[in-house]
Amino acid sequence: MTLDTTINDDVRWTTVCAYPRLEPERGVAALVDGEQVAVFRTHDGQLFAIGQRDPIAGAYVMARGIVGSRGEAPTVASPLHKQVYDLRTGHCLDVPGVAVPVYRVRCRDGLVEVAPGHRPTGES
Amino acid sequence: MNERTSQRGELVVVGNGMVGQRFVEALRSRDGGGRWRVTVLAEESRAAYDRVRLSAFFDGVSAEELSLHQPDDGVDLRLGEPVVAIDRERRRVRTGAGEYPYDALVLATGSYPFVPPIDGAYVDAGPDAIGPTPALRPGVFVYRTLDDLTAIRDFAKGRRNGAVVGGGLLGLEAANALRLLGLGTHVVEFAPRLMPVQVDEAGGAMLRRYVEELDVVPHLGVATTAIRSRPDGELAGLTLSDGSWLPTDLVVVAAGIRPRDELARDAGLTLGERGGVRVDAGCRSSDERIWAIGECAAVEGTCYGLVAPGYAMAEVVADRLVGGTAAFPGADLSTKLKLLGVDVAAFGDAHGTTPGCLDVTFTDPATRVYAKLVLSDDARTLLGGVLVGDVTAYPALRASVGGPLPGPPLALLAPAGDGTGTGSGIAALPGSAQVCSCNGVTKDQLVDAIAEGCVDVPGLKACTRAGTSCGSCVPMLKQLLAVSGVSLSKALCEHFAHSRQELFEIIRVREIRTFSRLVAEHGTGRGCDICKPAVASILASLGNGYVLDGEQASLQDTNDHFLANIQRDGTYSVVPRIPGGEITPEKLIVIGEVARDFQLYTKITGGQRIDLFGARVEQLPQIWRRLVDAGFESGHAYGKALRTIKSCVGSTWCRYGVQDSVGLAIALELRYRGLRAPHKIKSAVSGCARECAEARSKDFGIIATDNGWNLYLGGNGGFRPRHAELFGTDLSTEDLVRYVDRFLMFYIRTADRLQRTAAWIEALEGGLEHLRAVIVDDSLGLCAELDAAMARHVGAYSDEWRDTLEDPDRLSRFISFVNAPDVPDPSITFEVERGQPVPAMGERRPVTLGLPTTMGVPS
Ligand SMILES: Cc1cc2nc3c(=O)[nH]c(=O)nc-3n(C[C@H](O)[C@H](O)[C@H](O)COP(=O)(O)OP(=O)(O)OC[C@H]3O[C@@H](n4cnc5c(N)ncnc54)[C@H](O)[C@@H]3O)c2cc1C
Ligand code: SF4
Repeated sequence: MTLDTTINDDVRWTTVCAYPRLEPERGVAALVDGEQVAVFRTHDGQLFAIGQRDPIAGAYVMARGIVGSRGEAPTVASPLHKQVYDLRTGHCLDVPGVAVPVYRVRCRDGLVEVAPGHRPTGES
Repeated sequence: MNERTSQRGELVVVGNGMVGQRFVEALRSRDGGGRWRVTVLAEESRAAYDRVRLSAFFDGVSAEELSLHQPDDGVDLRLGEPVVAIDRERRRVRTGAGEYPYDALVLATGSYPFVPPIDGAYVDAGPDAIGPTPALRPGVFVYRTLDDLTAIRDFAKGRRNGAVVGGGLLGLEAANALRLLGLGTHVVEFAPRLMPVQVDEAGGAMLRRYVEELDVVPHLGVATTAIRSRPDGELAGLTLSDGSWLPTDLVVVAAGIRPRDELARDAGLTLGERGGVRVDAGCRSSDERIWAIGECAAVEGTCYGLVAPGYAMAEVVADRLVGGTAAFPGADLSTKLKLLGVDVAAFGDAHGTTPGCLDVTFTDPATRVYAKLVLSDDARTLLGGVLVGDVTAYPALRASVGGPLPGPPLALLAPAGDGTGTGSGIAALPGSAQVCSCNGVTKDQLVDAIAEGCVDVPGLKACTRAGTSCGSCVPMLKQLLAVSGVSLSKALCEHFAHSRQELFEIIRVREIRTFSRLVAEHGTGRGCDICKPAVASILASLGNGYVLDGEQASLQDTNDHFLANIQRDGTYSVVPRIPGGEITPEKLIVIGEVARDFQLYTKITGGQRIDLFGARVEQLPQIWRRLVDAGFESGHAYGKALRTIKSCVGSTWCRYGVQDSVGLAIALELRYRGLRAPHKIKSAVSGCARECAEARSKDFGIIATDNGWNLYLGGNGGFRPRHAELFGTDLSTEDLVRYVDRFLMFYIRTADRLQRTAAWIEALEGGLEHLRAVIVDDSLGLCAELDAAMARHVGAYSDEWRDTLEDPDRLSRFISFVNAPDVPDPSITFEVERGQPVPAMGERRPVTLGLPTTMGVPS
């Protein structure tokens, strides 16, 4: 098993994969310090990372949802019951009060990196 | 009998026909305080059913579907217990089982079919005093009850010719029934034209041309004088009044009806001059405790042979019994029917009997449309009319009777084609005009219902009852919704203003191959879980190859994306194809071994195959490898696609089977496997009419006959179960496959997203008839295209599991974690239940959909 972790800016970034490994508008699951994270690349090349756990169904499936948009918001829909989440904030756009955690993610030297320890949801 | 001394009144209803049933419902809804205890005594062994739609029985509609009965209506319903006498003095009615006291008695006994005293029609010499229905000789039938129809169907088996005595409304319905039963059909009518009561001479002539085209032979202007038997007792034929001889194996007499007033007569109640229980405008008979409603009542001397006036009487009596003063308003005798595939409507003063009235007629031999309007002498008021061939104008015209014309006469009569031609009609109607005459619903009531939030036809039906009986006003309901500004958006989602069908056409005609191009040129944003799978399905239907290549992958729902069915814990289930449900022991063993080795929960599905549950994403390719090596392929259980074609063992094994149902099911399943569609498609093939494969609950169901196959379309189980409707009989295998090909391709092209075939057919303008025109008669000139599309599908089919296994790039998607492909998802754990693994709930909480307030933000 290969888990790459680098420490930088006081943040430990975990490399999850090479950027081209991400298909546009599709997610992958990654293990970041024992947490399951869903990483997405949108059509315009941006990266997003949210918790892999669907908070409503309780199953770890978010990376397998359909990526799209609602208004301005880039979104992913839970593959189980189709609730839609804003990839930027983690907020569920269909059920008030429900959210998934959001992680920091970046592309460096062609590698996609995620910072463990999610930000409080709601900040973008 | 028990004497009851409660505060409640005893109400006894005699007859549980259409009107008796409506009366009980009307009383129940008015008598909230439970003032009346209701007993219904019924002669027939079945609870009330829709007699108006009786003939649908021969189109395969079951007795249950025709039922009008509401099981929990709090009424003591005694079936098969006819009343034999009324004792007015003691206020009791008597049945074979006992006596029932009443405080109020409602007669709803309907009519009996009138059989003229034709020599040889009865078991004995002639009609004697055995009551309204003396015993008819075998082979002679009437057409009134479900039992009558069952008897006709059973008798017709193996016979070739049938004749109907009577060329009126009922006679033509019976003639169509005989046709559907495969008999050569003759109609004998005494009047010089068909449907003499409803249409005039020119309308009758048009009707005759339609009828003859269907190989129904009319014999007009002649009476039936005798029914003759062969020496062996079988029916030989009819002697007609012009001396001619008409050979036939079966006779249906539809020569009119007579009110069933025998109970009232014996009890000494006043009858109408031409029979029927004489009642006043409040439907009360000469005995103040006895009421009569429906066809057995002669309201102020007149009997009505239609259901709408009967319903009005039912409402009147229900109102009176709770202290109201309602009165029978007089009746609208308009009729609209589809007889032998011809639309016919007559309304108001159809025969122009009003002094000084004017006729405006319109005849088009090319389209075979005939229409006549009867106007008042100043040509301003519509009095009545007749329509044959095209009745789109009927609802608006009927509602305008007695008022100004809703438009210039010719514009009203000329075929509108799309049904919107009379759109000005509804707006021009006064608010008091009855839009639904069966249930007496006015335009004002409908407008109010729309104002209160009804947005569609089902909504209007539910809150006003309009359109729930004969359905002829449904086009008017649609117009009313449209002019009231209620328009349901057909937009698929926020990203496309188009319907699925429009998108299909855009993609097909512009040869669009990617979602990106489609959404850039025709939509907004980046799509969502609604439009993306819909577009993926369209692209797949149009033959764009492997569903996970290139951009298509990002469009697929998780099921299509992983070629398996996601389950509540995020694992998947795997269903290999088992065509027709036939499987060798060797293959069965392989499935067992795979399930054992991967520890999969195993269950037999309703579609005659085996579902293996609990596979993790990274296990899927390994499971497929084992299955594909053993000769299995994907069963597409995950796709909006053809699922299974069930079969019974058929003629190979079953002693009743008449065709090889398994062989056909396998051939069809292999032909249509992998076909992507707006929704899942299911099918089944039964080897004989016993229907062990439950084919009629499928999108397309096939039932073997002695001569070929019967094809049924548009059935489904699920939330709103529905039986498929008979589309074709005794089809050769070749024709069957051709029709199914076209049916599927036309459905794929034109249905809405997630619209099953039943709803799709329902929504087609013209329904099943239209579908038949398109795929049998090629009315849209589409058949060649549909055939080519299916040929392409069959030629291009390739197993998605095998395609995935053969390509390392494709396989790379099937991993748990992109940075730790060897680590299985730690959240997936199992417990054992009845010896098999099932999801352990552990950290996962149950789904509490619909209760958002109980869900917190996870920390
Ligand atoms: C094939 C067919 C097509 C039709 N099409 C149309 C149409 O298109 N439009 C239209 O408006 N009308 C149509 N009608 C007529 C319509 O069905 C009748 O007007 C309607 O059913 C009358 O209802 P009812 O309750 O008065 O009588 P019924 O429905 O006949 O019910 C009377 C019931 O009372 C029972 N009964 C009789 N005597 C006794 C007794 N002594 N004790 C207990 N029970 C008794 C009978 O068995 C029967 O079940 C059609 C009828 C037929 C047969
Ligand atoms: S449908 Fe007919 S052929 Fe098939 S199993 Fe049943 S009885 Fe036998």
